[in-house]
Amino acid sequence: MIEVKNLHKTFMNGQVETSVLKGLDFKIEKGEFIAIMGRSGAGKSTFMYQISLLDEPTRGEIIIDGISTHTMTTEQKTTFRLTRLGYVFQDYALIPELTAVENVALPLLMQGMPTKKAMTTAQNALKTVGLATHGNQLPSQLSGGEQQRVSISRAISHNPDILFADEPTANLDNESSLTIMDIFKQLHKQGQTIIMVTHEEEYGKMAEKTVTLNDGRIVQVKKNTN
Amino acid sequence: MFSPLNFRIGFFLAVRQLRRSSVWTNSLIIFVMVLTFLNLVVVSGILVGLIQGSIEALRDQYTSDVVVSNLKTKSYIEFSPDIIQIIQKIPQVQNITARYIEGVSLEANYKTKTDDREKPNTAGSEIVGIDPIAENAVTGLSRWIIEGSFLEPGDYDQILIGSNLLKKYVPVDNPGFSALYDVEPGSKIRIKVNGIEREVTVKGILKSKVQEVSLRVYIIDSQLRSMIGRNDFNVDEISIKLTTGTDPLVVRDALRREGVTRYAKVQTYVDAQPKFIKDIRDTFALLGNMISSIGLVVASITIFIVIFINALTRRKFIGILKGIGISGHAIEISYVMQSIFYAFIGSAIGFVILYGFLQPFIARHPIDFPFSDGILVAPLSGTLLRISLLVVATVIAGYIPARMIVRKNTLDSILGRK
Repeated sequence: MIEVKNLHKTFMNGQVETSVLKGLDFKIEKGEFIAIMGRSGAGKSTFMYQISLLDEPTRGEIIIDGISTHTMTTEQKTTFRLTRLGYVFQDYALIPELTAVENVALPLLMQGMPTKKAMTTAQNALKTVGLATHGNQLPSQLSGGEQQRVSISRAISHNPDILFADEPTANLDNESSLTIMDIFKQLHKQGQTIIMVTHEEEYGKMAEKTVTLNDGRIVQVKKNTN
Repeated sequence: MFSPLNFRIGFFLAVRQLRRSSVWTNSLIIFVMVLTFLNLVVVSGILVGLIQGSIEALRDQYTSDVVVSNLKTKSYIEFSPDIIQIIQKIPQVQNITARYIEGVSLEANYKTKTDDREKPNTAGSEIVGIDPIAENAVTGLSRWIIEGSFLEPGDYDQILIGSNLLKKYVPVDNPGFSALYDVEPGSKIRIKVNGIEREVTVKGILKSKVQEVSLRVYIIDSQLRSMIGRNDFNVDEISIKLTTGTDPLVVRDALRREGVTRYAKVQTYVDAQPKFIKDIRDTFALLGNMISSIGLVVASITIFIVIFINALTRRKFIGILKGIGISGHAIEISYVMQSIFYAFIGSAIGFVILYGFLQPFIARHPIDFPFSDGILVAPLSGTLLRISLLVVATVIAGYIPARMIVRKNTLDSILGRK
């Protein structure tokens, strides 16, 4: 489903060139739950930004469902992200002026769904993460764990092909983190492809497969038994 | 960019951002927009109104709606009685006043002068012979009496004198200007018209910002007529007051069709305005527009800064919106819509203040400028044009900063990288 070929990412800091990803080759199949792990600076988040089309690789190719993404225009990438990808960010990334249900409904509205239907779908998505009664609350009125669950609802409300999660438990306490991971496991059981970046081993092990990066290279791919 | 979907999402975001942002911030921005609107309309309106007030006063106190005066080649209006008859037959005519006008020299305190070498207390002006009742009906001349009282029919050897001929009201001391001193109601004055001298009593003093009122001397028409020997009853000037709502052009054209122009000049109060007044009005209008333009630029910069700061502080969220697939154009439209909201609300409040309070208030209490009672001229068409300009300026001023932030790299925005 996702094929990464010779992926490079280099940052320029003045005259200094820093190579973060050094020629990655990798394949992710549909329905897999992958945890990308590694030490700080290993390149795991950068790797996720490239394959989730939030950033442009310096070199190499990313093919999603047979579509080579490097030929896409910015507009096409935006539409691709809207319709086929879902994102969960470390700091929840909810829009502060929108209520929980509006945050979840926004991508649906952008896809042209009628407002009433979008709101109903968003409300149902909130229900699946246990926030049926929190729809009219603003992000500031929710706890960190609740905000992250809203973020997951937003990411899955439009049934994306791939769900990307960047350190989804990093800002949460243990209980909330386990709730989030339970949701991911449920989604995975339902066939959702999930690619999650984490530095926390105990949550990484909950994924189907763990990909470990070190110094911009994949050093280990391990199937987890859970 | 202009797809309905982008507008829909732009509206969705704009409404919520406005509704849930700080009331104080919104109020401050709207307050700035109100001031900008008032600056756009009121500054030029006052500048034009300063001259317009003068024009209105000239109409009210001197020319009235239509004025008939002598041809350049004649020293008076020939066949005046016939012309007056024609005028009186026009149904829209409410009142008329006919005036005799001659040059006059005035001398006061001649009885108390003890030394022949002493400079005489003299002044030169025009003397106007009027029917006090008719004149008052047309121009309300009696309103401007500040000392003494107005003329009555039969007030022979009595005059009204304009305050600008009296030193106590015009304390100007220059070689080209002479005014009478020690003159008040009851003072005896010697007037000299067409070589005929007469001693008259000052019955009242007139003071108005219209020079034609304050710089003239008024006497009963029959007395002036006999002094200048105008036994044919031909007058120099006829002011015509029309019924309310009558277009002066209608009456002017009617008189022209009657052939009055063969013997007299027929003008509406607009035609009779001196060219320099029209030039000053146009100059002030231009000046007002220039000042307004600066106001427009200031408003644009204000909106630019507000939207720029707003977008900059929300850069991360803009990045997230783009990241989850919201079109950059939809985000830009949301900011443009917020700008339009500020401009519209500011203009609407300004509009209500302008037409609900400022204009009626200034109309009732004109601004006391030295040479006119200034009013606020704000025609609706001009105001609507200025609102349009304000909205267009704010759309541009809102779009540019939004575009600047939206076009930044999505990931850089999300991560707060420069």
